[in-house]
Amino acid sequence: MDVAIRCRQLRKTYEGKVEAVRGLDLEILAGECFGLLGPNGAGKTTTIEILEGLLQPTSGEVEILGSTWNAQNRELREVLGISLQETRLGEKLTVRETLDLFASFYRRPRSTNEVMAEMALTEKANTWVGKLSGGQRQRLAVATALVANPKILFLDEPTTGLDPQSRRQLWEIIRQFQQRGGTVLLTTHYMDEAERLCDRIAIIDHGLTIASGTPAELIERLGGHHMVEFDATGDGLRELEAWRSLPGVEAVHEEDGKVVLSVREPHETIPALLAALQKQNSHLLHLTTRQASLEDVFVRLTGRHLREE
Amino acid sequence: MGKSPPTTCQEGKVNSTTATPENGRWKGYEYLLLARLKELYREPEVIFWVFAFPILLALGLGIAFRNKPTDTSRVAVVAGPGAARALELLGAAPARDAVHAEVLPAGDAFNQFRLGKYDLVVTPRADSYEYRYDPARPESVLARTVTDDALQAAAGRTNAVPTTSRASSEPGARYIDFLIPGLLGMNLMNSGMWGIGFALVDMRQRRLLKRFVASPMRRGDFLLALASSRLVLMLIELALLLSFGVLAFHMRVMGSLLSILVISALGALCFGGVGLLTASRAQKIETVSGLINVVLMPMWILSGSFFSYERFPAILQPLIKALPLTALNDALRAAILEGAPLVHQAMRLFVLCLWGAVSYFLALRWFRWT
Repeated sequence: MDVAIRCRQLRKTYEGKVEAVRGLDLEILAGECFGLLGPNGAGKTTTIEILEGLLQPTSGEVEILGSTWNAQNRELREVLGISLQETRLGEKLTVRETLDLFASFYRRPRSTNEVMAEMALTEKANTWVGKLSGGQRQRLAVATALVANPKILFLDEPTTGLDPQSRRQLWEIIRQFQQRGGTVLLTTHYMDEAERLCDRIAIIDHGLTIASGTPAELIERLGGHHMVEFDATGDGLRELEAWRSLPGVEAVHEEDGKVVLSVREPHETIPALLAALQKQNSHLLHLTTRQASLEDVFVRLTGRHLREE
Repeated sequence: MGKSPPTTCQEGKVNSTTATPENGRWKGYEYLLLARLKELYREPEVIFWVFAFPILLALGLGIAFRNKPTDTSRVAVVAGPGAARALELLGAAPARDAVHAEVLPAGDAFNQFRLGKYDLVVTPRADSYEYRYDPARPESVLARTVTDDALQAAAGRTNAVPTTSRASSEPGARYIDFLIPGLLGMNLMNSGMWGIGFALVDMRQRRLLKRFVASPMRRGDFLLALASSRLVLMLIELALLLSFGVLAFHMRVMGSLLSILVISALGALCFGGVGLLTASRAQKIETVSGLINVVLMPMWILSGSFFSYERFPAILQPLIKALPLTALNDALRAAILEGAPLVHQAMRLFVLCLWGAVSYFLALRWFRWT
């Protein structure tokens, strides 16, 4: 497989103080949908903007489709489609005028009509951008990237603030682009988005990759595929190490006053758990089991939730 | 440039079958200019400030300061034994139409004189008249002279030398003639500064500039489109104000339209450059609004848009003449009112070019797209 995007030892320091990115390595293959996942302020936007050639890294190398930014600036821009976080397009231009404008910058753009049809914007072709809903604006922002007929699509938090239906709609568009052979790099702080959409993920925190791989690999690395969450009366509950020794338990942590166990096989662990509680004379107040998610991976790695400020 | 696109991705472009015909070199510029003009045209504020406001200002000021025969002098005569005789003399004078006199008690007369309702107070004495006037008020000084002449003539003074007068009020010397080129200059400055400076910072704040440079848009084309949109607007501003002056106030345009056009275009581009400079780094529209006002305010006052800058102390004159709006106003007045050819205005045009060139040079060095 060809490498579409590669960066090595990427660093970015703002005004000599804030280290937004602290030595990041990424390799994204052609045809892949790759997700940068991390909480707000993790350095996702800084990273993607460096890769887009909009920010100069303090140090490190970037290669897009085998070329570097300084060498082939304009030629490279011809083949990239970029949607920034929160761009407010001209409010008094219509959807069609906005797309025509962006199409005019490219040597060989796609037809505006076709892109509008694909993005379900045809009905809004003659509506001013200022009159569009949040979901429509976000689709238009992605449309301005797709009209370029790009090889690589960069999307910075494409679905932040959208309702579930608009998010699904956008996911579908991204999948279609990928099916036609396009490469996608997106940032998100939504776990489910990364799990459903991305072939591979890098989890970023404080400017560093703390884990990367396919969603399944990352969850696998957690040790257990299932999470058992419970709460009970009595004082024995807080001694987390005690729960670690139950059969099938890979890891234990506390969350919102409940004990969370990562387990391989719930049917082995749960009877043992109930027996242990009975021995301590404590009553179960709460018990749930669920599939492990990327959120659990993140909590396990950082001790924090992704959406926490 | 000119190299083939990177071809690491062997499949080529993702949608190669659906691409439209190749875009030419100037397509981007064309669409940027078109988009800019559409946005301006759809912005009611722009229509008002750029087109309606200067016309309304010209209309208002033109009416308020229209050249009309000097007002009748309003004279208060203090009631008393000599008041009737004074009125009689004034009524019999050859210049009686120039004086409107009324008899009032002393207290009221002086009080209303102080409030500006009367220009002069005449107090009859035993065998003389005492005038009370305000040397700082031109109409008061005039009233004293006119009233004195009327009284003296009515009382029998004869002129030592016969004189005759003929009235003459030609277009070209009136306040409105002075005002229209000044308004034009000021309007070119205001719309250049706001149209370029404010628009750019607004686009930067919305991250639209960044989105543009993320595409293969040529940055030079973008700036060129902005400048072109200013020139298109300039043409409309010029046509509107000049034809308004000609139609509503019978203003006479002495210079060639071409020279007026050249001066206006230079002015529009010069202030476009200053606007670009003001906007080169500001991240927030609040910041740039403040900056623009700091630049505009001194020129509104100093550069002779509404009144001649000759009124300022001599020591300030070189400074005032070095301001771009002063150069623009002077050049427009000379071309419109006196028909001065461009070669006679080299110095003023040079001042405009210099301001423009220095602004563009610094702006392009400092300009931030993100």
